[in-house]
Amino acid sequence: MRDDGIETSTISGIPLRPLYTSQDLPGRAEEYPGQFPYTRGIHPSGYRGRLWTMRQFSGFATAEETNRRYKYLLANGQTGLSVAFDMPTLMGQDSDAPTSRGEVGHCGVAIDSLADMEALFDGIPLGEITTSMTINSPAAILLCMYIAVAEKQGVQASSLGGTLQNDILKEFIAQKEFIFPPAPSMRLVVDSIEYCAAEVPKWNTISISGYHIREAGSTAAQELAFTLADGMAYVDACLERGMHIDDFASRLSFFFDAHIDFFEEIAKFRAARRIWARWMRERYGAQQERSWKLRFHTQTAGVSLTAQQPELNIARTAIEALAAVLGGTQSLHTNAMDEVFALPTDKAARLALRTQQLLAYETGVANTIDPLGGSYFIEALTDEMERQAEAYFKRIDEIGGVIPAIEVGFFQREIADAAFRYQQELEQKRRLVVGVNEFTVDDEPPIDILRIDPRLESEQSERVRQVRRKRDQAECSNALNGLRKAAAGTDNLMPYILDAVRAYATEGEIMHAMIEVFGTYTETAVV
Amino acid sequence: MRALARAITLVERRDPSVRDLEAALRTQARAPGVAGFTGAPGTGKSTLVDAVVALLRQKQRSVAVLATDPNSPFTGGAILGDRIRMQRHALDTKVFIRSMGARGHLGGLSLATREAIRLLGAFGFDEVILETVGVGQSELEVAAVADTTVVVLTPNLGDSVQMIKAGILEIADVFVVNKADIDGHLRVIAELRAMLNLAPRQGWKAPIIATVATRQDGVEQLWEAVLAHRRHLETTGRAKELAEKRLRDETAEVAAELARQRARQALEEDPRLAERLLEDGTPYRTAEEILKRSANR
Amino acid sequence: MPTAVRPVRIIVAKVGLDGHDRGVKVVARALRDAGYEVIYTGLRQTPEMVVDAALQEDAQVVGLSIHSGAHMTLFPAVVDELKRRKATDIVVFGGGIIPDDDIAALKKRGVAEIFTPGTPLQEIVDWLRKRFPDEKTPKR
Repeated sequence: MRDDGIETSTISGIPLRPLYTSQDLPGRAEEYPGQFPYTRGIHPSGYRGRLWTMRQFSGFATAEETNRRYKYLLANGQTGLSVAFDMPTLMGQDSDAPTSRGEVGHCGVAIDSLADMEALFDGIPLGEITTSMTINSPAAILLCMYIAVAEKQGVQASSLGGTLQNDILKEFIAQKEFIFPPAPSMRLVVDSIEYCAAEVPKWNTISISGYHIREAGSTAAQELAFTLADGMAYVDACLERGMHIDDFASRLSFFFDAHIDFFEEIAKFRAARRIWARWMRERYGAQQERSWKLRFHTQTAGVSLTAQQPELNIARTAIEALAAVLGGTQSLHTNAMDEVFALPTDKAARLALRTQQLLAYETGVANTIDPLGGSYFIEALTDEMERQAEAYFKRIDEIGGVIPAIEVGFFQREIADAAFRYQQELEQKRRLVVGVNEFTVDDEPPIDILRIDPRLESEQSERVRQVRRKRDQAECSNALNGLRKAAAGTDNLMPYILDAVRAYATEGEIMHAMIEVFGTYTETAVV
Repeated sequence: MRALARAITLVERRDPSVRDLEAALRTQARAPGVAGFTGAPGTGKSTLVDAVVALLRQKQRSVAVLATDPNSPFTGGAILGDRIRMQRHALDTKVFIRSMGARGHLGGLSLATREAIRLLGAFGFDEVILETVGVGQSELEVAAVADTTVVVLTPNLGDSVQMIKAGILEIADVFVVNKADIDGHLRVIAELRAMLNLAPRQGWKAPIIATVATRQDGVEQLWEAVLAHRRHLETTGRAKELAEKRLRDETAEVAAELARQRARQALEEDPRLAERLLEDGTPYRTAEEILKRSANR
Repeated sequence: MPTAVRPVRIIVAKVGLDGHDRGVKVVARALRDAGYEVIYTGLRQTPEMVVDAALQEDAQVVGLSIHSGAHMTLFPAVVDELKRRKATDIVVFGGGIIPDDDIAALKKRGVAEIFTPGTPLQEIVDWLRKRFPDEKTPKR
């Protein structure tokens, strides 16, 4: 602890020494960027060859409104799209479901059927952009909708590029947007990986996410360890399906949080690459170099944003984004200052994108490859991250693997404990959050926030009812029956889902057909 | 429903007005069937209870679940999370779920539980399920109240050995090996069987039922076993014996509770008593005096 | 005189479809440590389910958490359901990402208090203590 009573450990509780020297790195071999185990980055040329992709996550209200926002972002220099769906879409239910009330279009765009997806990408050539879709339980359905829109645009699936989050394990662990039990959930993930390996080869079929684990209150080491453990669980599941490691490994991608503890975050990103490379080469015997490389997207930490003095969030986000860049991220989302209240306004969204552009073009940080490599402190902290992650892998193994550990609430308890510890440190003012527990102001002027018109819900509900009325009913129910039958068997479900999507079955109907076979999941209560 | 919920609160509080309420209800009281479910954390006990509730609802039986969790010994607070597993019965008016903090009062839990069961019977519930975490005193108290005690084990927690240490085997009328879809369940069943052969109890050999509660597998057989045990109690006359014993136990507990209240009151109100207690340094003489006084009152 | 003092019972529920339960869990633990009996009902509770649980559990307080933006629909729905079931004595408070304008509107609709992110846990406990001064927490 410092003389003024403030913790000197990292935000995750890793104790730090006042000074690091060469003594902290005895007998270290020289490492180069672009070489195994890629601690210093996966590209030999760093960002000199190619900058990170600036990918701002957005979506709200209706498909038409979001479509306008996408065109605006693309015109302003954004280089990839990233779709945010609303809660009913994420939970696999239609806008007119009773439990959708009050939720439609609030956290993202409402997508009920292929008709909405067509409107979402209207006038945006899918063969020329890449799209990231943040969705999990119903991921396969939304991917099929994307493929179907491309078909209508005359774009072949084989030329589509983008990323599907599709990471169900972290839903069980942290974000809790699960629907089916773990086993059928994993089957759907493997189905989509297997299908894409053959049909949509440029698609990143899964984005194995630590972001939500961190946002749920975990430490940096927990984020690192649980995410990589999830990654290995997916690898194991694909191998069990009979796939070959080098056929799918390079299409696995990762997604991390960039929190406010600057050096700890950089160390986390570096350790992630090193651990993954070793496991892929040594444990899984991957032969191709591209299978060893951990590629990741980063989002600055939503949880670090404050409602108090929200303009401070611009500074926080800039620092977090810098950590992501120095950690070697492949793509980046910077949060808007008002995201703590609601979806960002146009102005706030632009500011967030400009922050990245400022880093890329003004500061010069992208000009030297892994500029922090060899720093006594950074390298020692990277080693410590690796050590803590390996200790967690051991514990997870002892429980019997990721899914048994989910079922007994292991991850959930570790995260809840970490979140509670941090909260207590704030209460005791052993850690300060500027504007929240210190340096506060009494009178906060209100800031403009984006409001969703409450009429949207009834309009979107009417829209999905219209889709249900207008489609070819026989074709639709045949497709759903086919899916039901296939779900009870062992076929890859992707072609069946694609048929249902093409027949304008709604997302809720497709989910329901699978729920009839798979059932739903209730989690172990861990408080 | 609120009247019932309020009455259970009075019972939990040990409010004197419960006595009148009970007297009023006694005439219409039907005794519900009472099954206790106990097991270590992580055995899937709540899921199993949820599955049993679903089965009973199919059979048109109304069900109340009393789920007990320990309170913090330091603050008295608690987080009671058993309802989470029973969401699907949330809006079913024939299912009543109540979470109870064990609170660690001497005898308080079983006393409160017995009275709550009578209330539930009076309000028309056919079956009462008592759910407790098998890590302390509370499951033994509950076993003393339930007609049939179901002990839940799983293959993967290494808990079978611990159960024996804790003496929980002795209270089981039915064993469940839940999560029987994972490796090792046959080993647990075999171990259990070996131990049970050594220890038969009052003409009833506790059956071992394998279940996968998440899939409703084995739940029908489990309930059959509970009913078989219930029939066994009836035909052997043990049910009557138990009922009488329980009434005697309960009376002793109530007497103890009343005596405790009076003793506290006397020590507070009569400084002479308290003074003498300090002189004596041991409680016996003063305790007897207090009992004598209240007998004469 | 009762022989046992019963702690204030609080239903803590996540309404809405989002699964962000970090805040609700931290609050549940803090309330437990302050001596309250917290009945945690888990994720995705409908207003009807919350009220049903509050009645069965004979809770004096309902604490709601939401992060999906549906608070203007769901918080008042809980209050209305309590009215319908004639249980307006049950106090409702809420937490989550809720803008100032909405807080005022929600209070008008019968939500007793709203706590936003960054609120010290002690503030929530103090508020409850003030609201229920007669109910002692048990000490043994």
